[in-house]
Amino acid sequence: MFSGASTFADAVDGAFLFILVISVALLVLITFLMIYFVIKYNRKRHKKAVNIEGSLPLEILWTVIPTILVLAMFWYGWYGYKKIRDVPEDAMVVQVSGQMWQWSFTYENGLVTDTLYVPVDTPVRLNLISLDVNHSIFIPAFRVKEDVIPNRTNFTWFQATNVGSYDIACAEYCGLLHAYMYTKVVVMEEEDYSQWFVTASAEMDAGEPEEIES
Amino acid sequence: MANGTLYMPETEPNYLDYRGRFKGILGWILSTDHKRIGLLYLYSMGLFLTVGIFFGFMMRLELIAPGKVIIEPQTYNSFFTLHGIIMIFLFIIPGLPAVFGNFFLPILIGAKDVAFPRINLLSWWLFAIGGGLAITSVFLPGGPADTGWTFYVPYSIRSTTNVLPAAFAAFILGFSSILTGINFVTTIHRLRAPGMDWFKMPLFIWSLYATAWIQVLATPIIGITLLLVAVERLFGIGLFDPALGGDPVLFQHLFWIYSHPAVYIMILPAMGVISEIIPVFARRTIFGYSFIAFSSLAIAFFGSLVWAHHMFTAGMSDTGRFVFSLLTFLVAIPSAIKVFNWIATLYKGSIQLAPPMLYALGFIFLFSIGGLTGLMQGALSINIHIHDTSFIVGHFHYVMFGGTGFGIFAALHYWLPKMYGRMYNEKRAKVGFWVLITGFNLLYFPMLVMGWLGMPRRYYDYLPEFHVYHFISTIGSWILITGLLIMAVNLILGVRRGAKATDNPWGGETLEWRIQTPPTHENFHEIPVITGGPYEYKINENGQEEKKYEEVT
Repeated sequence: MFSGASTFADAVDGAFLFILVISVALLVLITFLMIYFVIKYNRKRHKKAVNIEGSLPLEILWTVIPTILVLAMFWYGWYGYKKIRDVPEDAMVVQVSGQMWQWSFTYENGLVTDTLYVPVDTPVRLNLISLDVNHSIFIPAFRVKEDVIPNRTNFTWFQATNVGSYDIACAEYCGLLHAYMYTKVVVMEEEDYSQWFVTASAEMDAGEPEEIES
Repeated sequence: MANGTLYMPETEPNYLDYRGRFKGILGWILSTDHKRIGLLYLYSMGLFLTVGIFFGFMMRLELIAPGKVIIEPQTYNSFFTLHGIIMIFLFIIPGLPAVFGNFFLPILIGAKDVAFPRINLLSWWLFAIGGGLAITSVFLPGGPADTGWTFYVPYSIRSTTNVLPAAFAAFILGFSSILTGINFVTTIHRLRAPGMDWFKMPLFIWSLYATAWIQVLATPIIGITLLLVAVERLFGIGLFDPALGGDPVLFQHLFWIYSHPAVYIMILPAMGVISEIIPVFARRTIFGYSFIAFSSLAIAFFGSLVWAHHMFTAGMSDTGRFVFSLLTFLVAIPSAIKVFNWIATLYKGSIQLAPPMLYALGFIFLFSIGGLTGLMQGALSINIHIHDTSFIVGHFHYVMFGGTGFGIFAALHYWLPKMYGRMYNEKRAKVGFWVLITGFNLLYFPMLVMGWLGMPRRYYDYLPEFHVYHFISTIGSWILITGLLIMAVNLILGVRRGAKATDNPWGGETLEWRIQTPPTHENFHEIPVITGGPYEYKINENGQEEKKYEEVT
């Protein structure tokens, strides 16, 4: 359930867990009281109801407590979110272009791939452009998502913490093959990445067809 | 509590037998009687609901296994578009106000009809025309729209399918909604019976009042937006289309400025129904009347200021995201207040678990899940992860189907005996409820789980790791449809062949239970004079609640 592979994952999962626990507690409380009252005050056992029109202290109580809870949730959400927006200055920059129905990634030296290769433990900034309609880059394992919209350069970033290969999906409906607009992000050790980058760039300069692999 | 001769038994025909200027079907489709118009909506919505369920069923069937099962991607994309458009614009939005608001709003405030009966009929005609156009657009050359019910540009501009007819249908339906809103606001202001001050109104009326204001204030925005889309498509004026220099995010703002408040158009009347049903079956007054009444207004107000939480990933400013997230959390508070007051109303009641009550309690359970999952989405960091995944789909089905849908079912089971004068089979109704709620949770809960795990929405196909959740969900859809069928058959049989219902089968206090069953053409023989609140079960103290209404007649 909680298998994040980026530096954001803990804050996102923590906020989720926090709200989940409160939610389950509230749901159990509500459901329990509902069932308990229905059984205890069933007409068969409890013929005469007692009219209680309300209680100001109770109303205040169940206005103030939820207010405190939701403000805490808000703050926790904002705290995790600030990280997602706060891109380190030294982040490596990759331009992501979305088009029906594929992704491509352009590196700073002009290298273009259809799989995203990144080094582990390095901040990567994604500048997002669309060549046609709205898309949305979604890397579930990194808890990252940002819409890719024509005529507008959105951005997002991440710093992968585990080596491996993770799914990239399109999360904004973009027509016929929206469900197939998948690719991978491959997180490598620093040395492996450098080696790959040098080889791929050399192949590009030699005009060889770019390697397609994931 | 009310004084006056509310009806003279056996002297006036009921509204179903009443002969006006026209006979037969014309006597219905040209009738300005708010009760007949309410039934017209009920029948047309029943039809649209069936079509919407069919599309939903087909989508779930396609998703039972990865890869193609029965339909092609293009068909699937059209099906989820049509499912959304039909369920939202033709079923859930008009749902309670148009059927039960029309039928019971005048009765509950002691009036003979709404303020503008002819405009009321016009509303239904616009609804029928808009609905007809939406269905027709499916069969026109070009094929059914495939943009999703949100019509996001620029895809909706590029799509060669019948987007314009579908958008035009939504445009017409908007006018139906606006006119109904104006009618209800005016009726509530002007036609309350003598003595019925604002705080003696049943809570269903408060919720309709809050809803009507949103209908009047927010619906024009979607009308204007769809008009701008048409202008852009027909005359090539760049508003939203980036190719013409427009801004796609502007469209999203305009769309959600209406469509988020529309969510409250859907849920508020259902909350009103629940506030009616619980005191009746707990045989005691509602807990915290004024808190429930004002929380409706608070939801309507705050609910109009949170639209951009649908767009947290669209590239808004961080300040924008901060403010909209905060407001989103604040709108949860009045909803929580309502839930707590309903639960408190059960305390020391004398509870009868009849079908309407069962549906009302089912509403509280499902709506709570819907509301609590909403909190998760309100938190910015979580929203980024679960936005546009099936978590959202699960969440809004819990709110709209589990909330509004169950609210409509509760209202049907509660008021149908009054509307038709016949009672359905209560045992079968309970069986239907349990099948329905089981199927419901099997269908929608897995969506929450796989959404968190990264299953995007509006996907024709999926990765193998999501198979188990999709499979359970599809099985759930079959159980859910079985429950719906049991309910529908039971209600239809009840209406046609059920035992005659008494004037007040549930022992309700509000005005509709003190007039003839089914009501006469003009509802009341004499306009009642209201002397007390809507839920004063004072008779309880004598233990004679069964007999209290006969004295009045």
